[in-house]
Amino acid sequence: MTAAVAVLLATGFFFHAVAALGVLRLPDFYTRLHAVGKAETLGVLLTLAAVAAWTGPSLTAVKVGLVAVFLLVANPTSTHAVGRAALRLGMEPWRREPGESS
Amino acid sequence: MSAIDLFLAAALGLLALVLVYVYRIAVGPTVFDRILGLSGFGTQTTIVLLLIGVVYERLDMFVDISLGYALLSFVGSLAAARYFERTGARR
Repeated sequence: MTAAVAVLLATGFFFHAVAALGVLRLPDFYTRLHAVGKAETLGVLLTLAAVAAWTGPSLTAVKVGLVAVFLLVANPTSTHAVGRAALRLGMEPWRREPGESS
Repeated sequence: MSAIDLFLAAALGLLALVLVYVYRIAVGPTVFDRILGLSGFGTQTTIVLLLIGVVYERLDMFVDISLGYALLSFVGSLAAARYFERTGARR
Protein backbone atom coordinates (compact mmCIF):
# COMPACT_ATOMS: atom_id res chain seq x y z
CA MET A 1 0.00 0.00 0.00
CA THR A 2 2.79 2.41 0.87
CA ALA A 3 4.49 1.77 -2.48
CA ALA A 4 1.26 2.48 -4.40
CA VAL A 5 0.74 5.69 -2.40
CA ALA A 6 4.33 6.75 -3.08
CA VAL A 7 3.98 6.16 -6.83
CA LEU A 8 0.64 8.02 -7.02
CA LEU A 9 1.97 10.97 -4.98
CA ALA A 10 5.15 11.19 -7.09
CA THR A 11 3.32 11.14 -10.44
CA GLY A 12 0.72 13.59 -9.12
CA PHE A 13 3.44 15.94 -7.95
CA PHE A 14 5.15 15.64 -11.35
CA PHE A 15 2.00 16.81 -13.15
CA HIS A 16 1.51 19.60 -10.61
CA ALA A 17 5.09 20.70 -11.30
CA VAL A 18 4.48 20.62 -15.08
CA ALA A 19 1.35 22.77 -14.62
CA ALA A 20 3.25 25.26 -12.46
CA LEU A 21 6.07 25.41 -15.02
CA GLY A 22 3.53 26.07 -17.77
CA VAL A 23 1.84 28.85 -15.80
CA LEU A 24 5.23 30.41 -15.15
CA ARG A 25 6.84 30.12 -18.60
CA LEU A 26 4.21 29.92 -21.37
CA PRO A 27 4.03 33.07 -23.50
CA ASP A 28 0.41 34.26 -23.20
CA PHE A 29 -2.90 33.80 -21.47
CA TYR A 30 -4.47 31.27 -23.85
CA THR A 31 -1.49 28.93 -23.65
CA ARG A 32 -1.47 29.16 -19.86
CA LEU A 33 -5.09 27.94 -19.87
CA HIS A 34 -3.79 24.58 -21.13
CA ALA A 35 -1.47 24.18 -18.15
CA VAL A 36 -4.18 24.85 -15.57
CA GLY A 37 -6.99 23.08 -17.41
CA LYS A 38 -5.26 19.79 -18.20
CA ALA A 39 -1.97 19.17 -16.40
CA GLU A 40 -3.23 20.43 -13.06
CA THR A 41 -6.46 18.40 -13.27
CA LEU A 42 -4.49 15.20 -13.87
CA GLY A 43 -2.16 15.99 -10.96
CA VAL A 44 -5.17 16.61 -8.72
CA LEU A 45 -6.76 13.29 -9.66
CA LEU A 46 -3.55 11.32 -9.00
CA THR A 47 -2.95 13.03 -5.64
CA LEU A 48 -6.56 12.42 -4.56
CA ALA A 49 -6.21 8.77 -5.63
CA ALA A 50 -3.20 8.53 -3.30
CA VAL A 51 -5.23 10.01 -0.42
CA ALA A 52 -8.17 7.67 -1.08
CA ALA A 53 -5.86 4.63 -1.31
CA TRP A 54 -4.30 5.57 2.02
CA THR A 55 -7.70 6.02 3.68
CA GLY A 56 -9.11 2.66 2.58
CA PRO A 57 -12.82 1.92 2.02
CA SER A 58 -14.81 4.32 4.22
CA LEU A 59 -17.14 7.32 4.07
CA THR A 60 -14.09 9.62 4.04
CA ALA A 61 -12.76 7.91 0.89
CA VAL A 62 -16.16 8.43 -0.76
CA LYS A 63 -15.95 12.14 0.12
CA VAL A 64 -12.44 12.31 -1.33
CA GLY A 65 -13.85 10.77 -4.50
CA LEU A 66 -16.57 13.43 -4.47
CA VAL A 67 -13.90 16.16 -4.30
CA ALA A 68 -12.08 14.45 -7.21
CA VAL A 69 -15.21 14.29 -9.40
CA PHE A 70 -16.08 17.90 -8.57
CA LEU A 71 -12.59 19.16 -9.43
CA LEU A 72 -12.57 17.06 -12.61
CA VAL A 73 -15.67 18.98 -13.74
CA ALA A 74 -14.93 22.37 -12.16
CA ASN A 75 -11.33 22.98 -13.20
CA PRO A 76 -11.84 22.73 -17.00
CA THR A 77 -15.15 24.59 -16.66
CA SER A 78 -13.60 27.60 -14.94
CA THR A 79 -10.67 27.75 -17.38
CA HIS A 80 -13.16 27.54 -20.26
CA ALA A 81 -15.24 30.39 -18.78
CA VAL A 82 -12.19 32.62 -18.32
CA GLY A 83 -10.92 31.84 -21.81
CA ARG A 84 -14.30 32.56 -23.38
CA ALA A 85 -14.51 35.88 -21.52
CA ALA A 86 -11.05 36.86 -22.81
CA LEU A 87 -11.94 35.85 -26.37
CA ARG A 88 -15.20 37.83 -26.31
CA LEU A 89 -13.32 40.91 -25.17
CA GLY A 90 -11.06 40.53 -28.19
CA MET A 91 -7.77 39.52 -26.61
CA GLU A 92 -5.34 38.55 -29.37
CA PRO A 93 -3.70 35.11 -29.18
CA TRP A 94 0.10 35.06 -29.11
CA ARG A 95 1.96 34.63 -32.41
CA ARG A 96 5.64 34.19 -33.03
CA GLU A 97 7.39 37.33 -34.23
CA PRO A 98 8.74 37.00 -37.83
CA GLY A 99 12.43 37.06 -36.88
CA GLU A 100 12.10 35.15 -33.60
CA SER A 101 13.33 31.58 -33.24
CA SER A 102 11.30 29.04 -31.30
CA MET B 1 10.23 6.64 5.89
CA SER B 2 6.56 6.07 6.59
CA ALA B 3 3.67 7.01 4.31
CA ILE B 4 2.79 9.97 6.54
CA ASP B 5 6.20 11.47 5.75
CA LEU B 6 5.47 11.03 2.05
CA PHE B 7 2.22 12.98 2.43
CA LEU B 8 4.04 15.69 4.40
CA ALA B 9 6.72 15.96 1.70
CA ALA B 10 4.06 16.19 -1.03
CA ALA B 11 2.20 18.90 0.92
CA LEU B 12 5.38 20.95 1.36
CA GLY B 13 6.26 20.56 -2.34
CA LEU B 14 2.78 21.66 -3.41
CA LEU B 15 3.02 24.66 -1.07
CA ALA B 16 6.23 25.64 -2.87
CA LEU B 17 4.43 25.33 -6.23
CA VAL B 18 1.64 27.62 -4.98
CA LEU B 19 4.20 30.47 -5.14
CA VAL B 20 4.04 30.22 -8.96
CA TYR B 21 0.29 30.96 -8.90
CA VAL B 22 0.87 33.80 -6.43
CA TYR B 23 3.40 35.22 -8.91
CA ARG B 24 0.81 34.95 -11.71
CA ILE B 25 -1.82 36.71 -9.56
CA ALA B 26 0.60 39.49 -8.61
CA VAL B 27 2.19 40.10 -12.04
CA GLY B 28 -0.75 39.51 -14.40
CA PRO B 29 -0.27 41.00 -17.03
CA THR B 30 -4.03 40.92 -17.86
CA VAL B 31 -6.94 40.54 -15.47
CA PHE B 32 -7.69 37.10 -16.92
CA ASP B 33 -4.23 35.89 -15.96
CA ARG B 34 -5.06 36.92 -12.41
CA ILE B 35 -8.38 35.03 -12.46
CA LEU B 36 -6.61 31.98 -13.89
CA GLY B 37 -3.97 32.19 -11.17
CA LEU B 38 -6.68 32.43 -8.52
CA SER B 39 -8.41 29.35 -9.94
CA GLY B 40 -5.18 27.34 -9.90
CA PHE B 41 -4.39 28.64 -6.42
CA GLY B 42 -7.77 27.42 -5.16
CA THR B 43 -7.33 23.95 -6.65
CA GLN B 44 -3.83 23.66 -5.20
CA THR B 45 -5.06 24.77 -1.76
CA THR B 46 -7.81 22.12 -1.85
CA ILE B 47 -5.20 19.41 -2.38
CA VAL B 48 -2.87 20.77 0.29
CA LEU B 49 -5.78 20.81 2.79
CA LEU B 50 -6.44 17.12 2.12
CA LEU B 51 -2.75 16.24 2.53
CA ILE B 52 -2.63 18.19 5.81
CA GLY B 53 -5.68 16.18 6.92
CA VAL B 54 -3.76 12.95 6.26
CA VAL B 55 -0.71 14.25 8.15
CA TYR B 56 -2.80 15.29 11.18
CA GLU B 57 -4.84 12.04 10.96
CA ARG B 58 -8.06 14.08 10.93
CA LEU B 59 -9.00 13.53 7.29
CA ASP B 60 -12.72 13.12 8.11
CA MET B 61 -12.76 16.78 9.20
CA PHE B 62 -10.43 18.24 6.55
CA VAL B 63 -12.25 16.61 3.62
CA ASP B 64 -15.37 18.68 4.37
CA ILE B 65 -13.30 21.87 4.61
CA SER B 66 -11.59 21.18 1.29
CA LEU B 67 -14.91 20.36 -0.42
CA GLY B 68 -16.33 23.70 0.73
CA TYR B 69 -13.18 25.51 -0.36
CA ALA B 70 -13.32 23.90 -3.81
CA LEU B 71 -16.96 24.94 -4.25
CA LEU B 72 -16.29 28.54 -3.20
CA SER B 73 -13.19 28.82 -5.39
CA PHE B 74 -15.07 27.48 -8.43
CA VAL B 75 -18.03 29.83 -7.97
CA GLY B 76 -15.66 32.74 -7.35
CA SER B 77 -13.65 32.28 -10.54
CA LEU B 78 -16.83 31.75 -12.61
CA ALA B 79 -18.36 34.93 -11.18
CA ALA B 80 -15.17 36.94 -11.79
CA ALA B 81 -14.97 35.69 -15.39
CA ARG B 82 -18.63 36.59 -15.99
CA TYR B 83 -18.19 40.03 -14.40
CA PHE B 84 -15.20 40.99 -16.55
CA GLU B 85 -16.89 39.54 -19.64
CA ARG B 86 -19.83 41.89 -19.12
CA THR B 87 -18.06 45.04 -18.00
CA GLY B 88 -15.25 44.68 -20.52
CA ALA B 89 -12.33 45.68 -18.30
CA ARG B 90 -9.08 45.19 -20.15
CA ARG B 91 -6.65 45.37 -17.24
